[in-house]
Amino acid sequence: MTARAAPDGVSASPGPPTRSVRAVATYAFGALLLRDLHVLTGEKARFLVRTVSQPLLLVFVFTYVFPAIGQGFDPTGGRSFTEVLVPGVLAITVMIKGIQAVALPLVQEFGYTREIDDRVMAPLPVWAVALEKIVAGAAQGLLGAVVVFPIVWLVPAQPPDLAVSWGALVAVCLLGPVVASAFGLVLGTYFEPDTVPLMFSVIILPLTFLGATYYSWTDLGPIPWLQAATLANPLVYISEGFRLALTPQLPHMRTGVVFSALVILVAVVSYAGVKGFERRVLG
Amino acid sequence: MAVSAPSDTSRSTRSDNHIVTEALSKTYREHGGTLRAVDGVDLVVRPGEVFGLLGPNGAGKTTTIGMLTTRILPTGGRASVGGIDVTASPAGVKQRVGVVPQTNTLDRSLTVRDNLYFHGRFFGLGAAGARSRTDVLLGRFRLADRAGARVDALSGGMAQRLMVARALLHQPAVLFLDEPTTGLDPQSRLALWDLLRELHAHGQTIMLTTHQMEEAEVLCDRVAIMDGGRILALDTPARLKRSVGTDTAVDLRVGDARELPGLAESLRTVPGVAGVDLRDGRVRVVAHARDGLVPRLVAHAERVGYHLTDMSVSEPTLETVFIALTGKDLRE
Repeated sequence: MTARAAPDGVSASPGPPTRSVRAVATYAFGALLLRDLHVLTGEKARFLVRTVSQPLLLVFVFTYVFPAIGQGFDPTGGRSFTEVLVPGVLAITVMIKGIQAVALPLVQEFGYTREIDDRVMAPLPVWAVALEKIVAGAAQGLLGAVVVFPIVWLVPAQPPDLAVSWGALVAVCLLGPVVASAFGLVLGTYFEPDTVPLMFSVIILPLTFLGATYYSWTDLGPIPWLQAATLANPLVYISEGFRLALTPQLPHMRTGVVFSALVILVAVVSYAGVKGFERRVLG
Repeated sequence: MAVSAPSDTSRSTRSDNHIVTEALSKTYREHGGTLRAVDGVDLVVRPGEVFGLLGPNGAGKTTTIGMLTTRILPTGGRASVGGIDVTASPAGVKQRVGVVPQTNTLDRSLTVRDNLYFHGRFFGLGAAGARSRTDVLLGRFRLADRAGARVDALSGGMAQRLMVARALLHQPAVLFLDEPTTGLDPQSRLALWDLLRELHAHGQTIMLTTHQMEEAEVLCDRVAIMDGGRILALDTPARLKRSVGTDTAVDLRVGDARELPGLAESLRTVPGVAGVDLRDGRVRVVAHARDGLVPRLVAHAERVGYHLTDMSVSEPTLETVFIALTGKDLRE
């Protein structure tokens, strides 16, 4: 009963796995994260360009060019537009990076050859593969905010007057990116691959323009229908979260409302994304 | 550097490499109707066996493999791999199987080398272990000089080799291959057959689907013939061929047609011959087994004074079995 050792590494199997299914799955989860990190590192130049271009242009035009040429719209009654824009730009960055990081690769992975099977056949439950995508996407969203922060600090003609509330900042930095990437998972799994580019015009643009990014949600009082309607926009809570964490001196949504909404969104949107992923992956 | 196989590779020590299905079914609802893609499949694949699912496109082969590899959820019956239920513990099953799917599912964001490396990491190898397994398989599958290439730069044959290497990297208890040689050039196909034979010799349990009868005959210990989601017959290729009453037929001709009746009569006495008849200017000898038959016939004819001018042997094939079972061609 001697074993035949294959000299070439193509031998048959090594016998029953000795580690528990849970231990193997946990390790696989980490390995999937490692794979995503490896891919991201390989395209860091592209990541930087994609992350930086929109915030840089926004901040440059509105907080450097406008003041310099005297074209100020000063709708906030003496407040600097820079303080209004900083939380909004960070929120847009988190939202778009989080969505892109998850939804765009899914176009390829759910495409004709179903590349997704490569990752789904890793030894962990399908819901855990979906969760890994949320975690990796959230990390990219947060990384985006970190990359963009120096821009919103350095580019404006007048540095923004920030009064950082650290607890709120940490909370919004943890919850916001998860909402964004979970939302990306929802979009990536409910949209057919060929309609995902369309999704950016139909969903992402309205979300970003109406996400309390260029104004505070509380200032929408004069347009009550819009104020009510945009409560359905997850970006509103991320923007208001950054607003109360960085510029609490300006009007913002109540802290309790913002964080309750973010926690509920994390739960609901993640659940919807994981279910959508399972539905797409399992025949 | 070669990484030697783990020391407990003996067939008899494994207990996690068999497949059992009981009334396994998959029904799809579409356009208001239902499609029974797999309809009550019962089978047992034994440890170390090469088992083939043979049938035309749409027979339910891929759906069956999909359920066994946890990619498709059964709607009826049960299935287990190595005693682990595919529905109750999909992650446990995935840990034990290697899959070569029909389409190219390679990670297009990674190089050839990294496809193998990260697959190793997914399956629990550390960095050093994954690197050395990767090197071994790159060499074995003649991919070493393309290790840094992106996978969409590979030819079809190379991509297939990489997928097989990936499936073997974590040394699975059961290897599944779905139509592994479809679209391959003849040389790549023969190379894959050689590899599968080698794995079989080392005790690897293998389940493959094919719609090529030759592939099933050449590779498989046992074959299940599928059509319309059901298994129509399941046995060794040899017994399947015997089961439908098809036999080896040898047609003999001689220079002078007047000699045929005498030759026919004389050949009845040759051992192994089951029947002889005269038709269309030739003698047809029918036998249940081919072993040594042709030399015996030739020797006998020469001995009793007939000069054979032509001879042809037609063997029964799994295709004949399939036609006998379904009344239609495998390629239909």
